[in-house]
Amino acid sequence: MIETLLRRGYEVVGPTVRDGAIVYDRIGSLEQLPAGWTDVQEPGRYQLMSRGDQAFFGYAVGPQSWKKYLHPANVRLWSAERQGQTFRILNNESQLNRPFAFLGVRACELAAIAVQDRVLFQDKFRDPTYAHCSTDKFIVAVQCTRAAATCFCASMGTGPQVTGGFDLALTELLGDTEHRFLAECGSDHGAEVLAELEVSPASEEDRQQLEVGIKEATNQQTRRIDTNGIKNLLYQSFEHPRWDHVAQRCLACANCTMVCPTCFCTTVEDISDLSGDHAERWRRWDSCFTLSFSYIHGGSIRASAKARYRQWMTHKLASWIDQFGTSGCVGCGRCITWCPVGIDITEEVRAIRVGEQNGKP
Amino acid sequence: MTLTLQPLVDPMLTHQYVLREIVKETPDTFTLTTEPDIGDHNNSFTPGQFSMLWVFGVGELPISISGDPAKRHQLVYTVRSVGQGTHALVSQSVGNSVGVRGPLGTGWPLEAAGGKDVILVAGGIGLAPLRPLVYHVLSNRKDYGRLVLLYGARSPRELLYRKELATWARNHETQVLVTVDYGGLSWRGHVGVVTTLFKYARLQPAHSVAMVCGPEIMMRFVTRELETHGLRREDIYLSMERNMKCAVGFCGHCQYGPYFICKDGPVFRYDQIRPLLEKYEL
Amino acid sequence: MESLERIIAEHPFFEGLDSEFVQLMVSCASNVRFKADTYILKEGDPANTFYLIREGKVAVELFAPQRRPIIVATLGVGELLGWSWLLPPFQWRFHARAIDGVRAIALDGKCLRTKCEENHDLGYAVLKRFAQIMERRLEATRLQLLDVYSVSP
Repeated sequence: MIETLLRRGYEVVGPTVRDGAIVYDRIGSLEQLPAGWTDVQEPGRYQLMSRGDQAFFGYAVGPQSWKKYLHPANVRLWSAERQGQTFRILNNESQLNRPFAFLGVRACELAAIAVQDRVLFQDKFRDPTYAHCSTDKFIVAVQCTRAAATCFCASMGTGPQVTGGFDLALTELLGDTEHRFLAECGSDHGAEVLAELEVSPASEEDRQQLEVGIKEATNQQTRRIDTNGIKNLLYQSFEHPRWDHVAQRCLACANCTMVCPTCFCTTVEDISDLSGDHAERWRRWDSCFTLSFSYIHGGSIRASAKARYRQWMTHKLASWIDQFGTSGCVGCGRCITWCPVGIDITEEVRAIRVGEQNGKP
Repeated sequence: MTLTLQPLVDPMLTHQYVLREIVKETPDTFTLTTEPDIGDHNNSFTPGQFSMLWVFGVGELPISISGDPAKRHQLVYTVRSVGQGTHALVSQSVGNSVGVRGPLGTGWPLEAAGGKDVILVAGGIGLAPLRPLVYHVLSNRKDYGRLVLLYGARSPRELLYRKELATWARNHETQVLVTVDYGGLSWRGHVGVVTTLFKYARLQPAHSVAMVCGPEIMMRFVTRELETHGLRREDIYLSMERNMKCAVGFCGHCQYGPYFICKDGPVFRYDQIRPLLEKYEL
Repeated sequence: MESLERIIAEHPFFEGLDSEFVQLMVSCASNVRFKADTYILKEGDPANTFYLIREGKVAVELFAPQRRPIIVATLGVGELLGWSWLLPPFQWRFHARAIDGVRAIALDGKCLRTKCEENHDLGYAVLKRFAQIMERRLEATRLQLLDVYSVSP
């Protein structure tokens, strides 16, 4: 299929092993896929382990998400050159010539893409870079048949099953002798690609394997967030002592915002060359955990780590709902895994909820 | 397979405006008059809106538009030099171009104030985004009731638009009261914070709309004073400020509770943001 | 021309106080005028009279060595000038200078404080009003102290 997609002019991006993690990168062939690898994830811990089989998609999620490609970390917005007392804006050449084909998109990731679509392309202003990167993208989703310990998509209503928003959705069927994929078709483009591959109608047993896999993935999830009334809960918990508790642990390292598939904050930087005649405006990923994020003349509004953690969590789980109509969290668990001190967002919510009921932290 | 780029207005693209005049208002505050360099960029704005002003190679800053909305050929800004960016902006020479993105944000509620008394309370540079509203009310006198302007600054030499303040005061049904925190021997006006001016203002609270702009602490004290004088929370409006980078709702910097100050504000109705004002480090 | 009696009786400070007492205040009150830049009261002098401002502005000032006088606040129409007559040591703590021409009603503070000692109900009512005004001035002064318009470091 990878060849088919390449032949059809897509830039194929998929999972591959690098630096001890499964990351997303441009893929040219099957050999680059993480065959036989799985991930062990705990708060503050990520480790790849050999599965003992040759499954391509036997892992959950790695540190990167598809925002790496749709909402790139470094984008040159435009450049200008000085002309006497005035300046001229130079036409920015588009940096992308071929649409993306994403291989291996999980349910939580599909939900995250939809969340970012809403923020960056369906609000009062529309981001041309995001639009450009998203144009004509081809999604090959993968159904999760196992969950990592940090996954909690079931409680967020975003998975583990992929039900829409894809061109193709694959379920890996790994038997003793065979290695097949159950493929669900989700669009005309998907059908076109399928037509070029070796396919045969799915059997009832194959379909049932999907159901079994989804049930497995659901039951394996030990973490959850109770989202009932969570918006008002967090709005009303501004002074909750739990924030002090988490502030003692949080390093404000911004890892969580970097790995989170829905975090979208950026900053804009001006660069000019030595002559001072050529200037560029660059957009870069930013994080609300930095001190400068909320700086206005005189000082930062959110000077303490406590205020910054509270801002991130309240935004993600509560304000986002008022702003964009959905939660900002898709339950992928990356923030739990990649937090160097293992702060668990599901535990923080529980602590605040319980404290609310009992009147103590 | 080639990509077809959908035609989209790029909200991050700036437009060249030429600096026609720079007036020094106070030792650190300047008023810049700009006109579009090429073409017919839209200069119309609602009082209370702002633009992102870009200095070549230095950076972009949100600056309130402080000019007369009826003068459609230009955009005027009053800038206080408080850091590297603002310093670069006020140091530009006449004839230089700056980049302008805007007008952005929500403006003062002209409709809600229709037919009512308009009470403006300004602190320091906060008078800048209120000045367009003064121009508008004075040019459309029959659409509004009385105009009361209460203005406080740090000291006499930091008062903005002194000549205009005197001119406005001479208008029919207009009261202008000015005070400073620190007077001097030659200052024969009021000394004290802007809330102390309320007792001299002729107000009809049941039939008024109040608009407030200044440092956040000052706005908190002023709204309390307005309520003590009988104004309803739904009739009070504030202009808020936070860090801005994109000013079009993408970068996340200007968030204030659930609001983006760049697109849901900067003007907010007091009853909506009152619970946020009291939260430290929000 | 408004009568002294009406102005005093309707002023928030006196409103609601025992009418017999208000009459007494009126009987001891008089109209006074101060030319621009003259001093109405001086720091250290005995405090026995206070003033209800009817026209003009008064600067409350402090002198410090090697410095020009500092105006800490101005008072205008309808405001009461002078409070040190109410509590010991009955001495003015500041200078008060008429900025422009000032017209005021002079009131007998010594008489009022004597009556307060004799009649504690009256004393309580007066102190309550006094405390309210002081609270508002303290709040305003604190806000003034914050220097909100300066550019912080």
